[in-house]
Amino acid sequence: MARRRGPHRAGAWPWVFIGPLLAGVAVFYYYPIVSNAWTSLTQSGAFGTNQRFVGLDNYAGLVDRGDLGTAVLNTLGYTLIVLLGVPLSVMVAAMIELPGLRFAPLYRALFFMPYLAMPMAIAQVFRLVFNGDFGLVNQGLRALGVNASPYWLTTPGFALVAVALFGLWSSIGFNVIICCAGLKGVPRELYEAASLDGAGPVRQFWAVTVPMLTPSIFFLTVMQTIAGFQLFDALFALMGANNPAMPQTRSLVYLFYQLGFVVNDRGSAAAVAMVILVFVAAVTAVQFWGQRRWVTYA
Amino acid sequence: MPETTPKRSGRRRRPRHLLVHAVLLTGGLVMAFPFAWQLLMSLATNAEIQSVPPQPIPSRLHVENYAAVFDRLPFLHQFGVSVFITVVRTAGQLVLCSMAGYAFARMRFPLRGVLFGLLLAILMIPSQAYIIPQYGIVQAWGLLETPWAIVLPGMFSAFGTFLMRQQFLSLPVELEEAARLDGCNPFQTFWRVMLPLASPGLFAVGITTVLYSWNDLLWPLIVTTRETSMPLSVGIATLQGQHTTDYAVLMAASVMAMAPIFLLFLAMQRRVIEGLATSGLKG
Repeated sequence: MARRRGPHRAGAWPWVFIGPLLAGVAVFYYYPIVSNAWTSLTQSGAFGTNQRFVGLDNYAGLVDRGDLGTAVLNTLGYTLIVLLGVPLSVMVAAMIELPGLRFAPLYRALFFMPYLAMPMAIAQVFRLVFNGDFGLVNQGLRALGVNASPYWLTTPGFALVAVALFGLWSSIGFNVIICCAGLKGVPRELYEAASLDGAGPVRQFWAVTVPMLTPSIFFLTVMQTIAGFQLFDALFALMGANNPAMPQTRSLVYLFYQLGFVVNDRGSAAAVAMVILVFVAAVTAVQFWGQRRWVTYA
Repeated sequence: MPETTPKRSGRRRRPRHLLVHAVLLTGGLVMAFPFAWQLLMSLATNAEIQSVPPQPIPSRLHVENYAAVFDRLPFLHQFGVSVFITVVRTAGQLVLCSMAGYAFARMRFPLRGVLFGLLLAILMIPSQAYIIPQYGIVQAWGLLETPWAIVLPGMFSAFGTFLMRQQFLSLPVELEEAARLDGCNPFQTFWRVMLPLASPGLFAVGITTVLYSWNDLLWPLIVTTRETSMPLSVGIATLQGQHTTDYAVLMAASVMAMAPIFLLFLAMQRRVIEGLATSGLKG
């Protein structure tokens, strides 16, 4: 009887099926994670020679130089701004999925488009828009009478806001698609019952849409937080590698890239990677714990 | 009375929807604006791009910006690299993940639960924690500056395997038993009977991987330094001059780099959105 769920008897076959994947995973994931943890405790010469154990020196160095603190703050700031996209997307999706709304497929397509965009390519037009001299943002500000309009992409602080606005724009597409898909699963009768009870559209949004969407909202919050912690593309594409404001604006992953592959300090870069790992693991832990508390499953 | 009863059957336009249309249209235009502006600027001159006040419509269509891309960038090389890494990575993932996903869903073997748990653990670890050793491996194998370096680590996907396992779990067992009674060996059962039924899962894994491979930046940036070995997602950055930038050509190159994905998704619009929604909700 125990064989019923698996029609094929054990033997060599399962290993034929999972062997290639497991071999690749062992080489490219299991060995690297162990190796990276070890590398973070070592220092080596410019070409990876003379690797020696230094304990937690790499971590201490990152903290002492202030690089780590700045990168953590920038990463968190960016992530918070991008997370504003989740409530926005819930509202947009709730409107798009109103029963009988005309042009709904058109709206869905418009909001979805940023998800397809290559960050490096679409960032080029954001570089124009945020340009200090002729960018549309500053021309708009000047038209409104703001004369001290900043050089967005080369001024610390402003640069992070510009990058985060770009990240926010990029994140909306995926958010809206997930929310729209979540709303399709909400039974129409709930809205009918709510309106029979005299609930208007706003009340229905809070009393039906939001609770029924909690699985999507929770999933998106976790996903966008993890994605935010891994900020690199938007920063690199929008600001460029030689930007004078980069040291004050860089994220954890940018710091990792610069240490590991520009100045070739692999030990410190590996330490930054371990810090990113801790951040992501913390979010995953919150996910497991929080899912039971906040999410309503229909 | 009809104004106050919130009945939803009527096809009449209600004033409430006018407000909804106004909001959605404004938001939608904000989403679409960068694409439109990039397209317009790719047909303008640098003077027009930098003009104050802005000049949205070019005096004439400067199509020559697109021709200039081929002089400034090894565009065809980079396009070829992008196509290669996208096709090989997607095909590799589809084969490896569907086979492994099938075994995890339907076969019994020792350590099945442990191995699957270990595989899922990969999903909780950010990719940066693998990159330095992965670089060491492709370097040791002499693959730096080749498309294989870009492709290899990404061919093995825990997420894809997870999705395919879910897909196979949702299919009826009876079919496999029938195939087995007909004398199919496990591989034939998988290949001829089960895989065709798993097409929604394959599609979801496929489009996610295509999109990710085409647009990916950090890993290809690390393993390629020569302009001719870069995919487009990295190569475009080389057009950003440190002091002077030919904006018009940069915009034209960007439009060309994004066009294939947009055409592909336009061709398969409905299934794409369904596929992305499944891959997201199950994840």
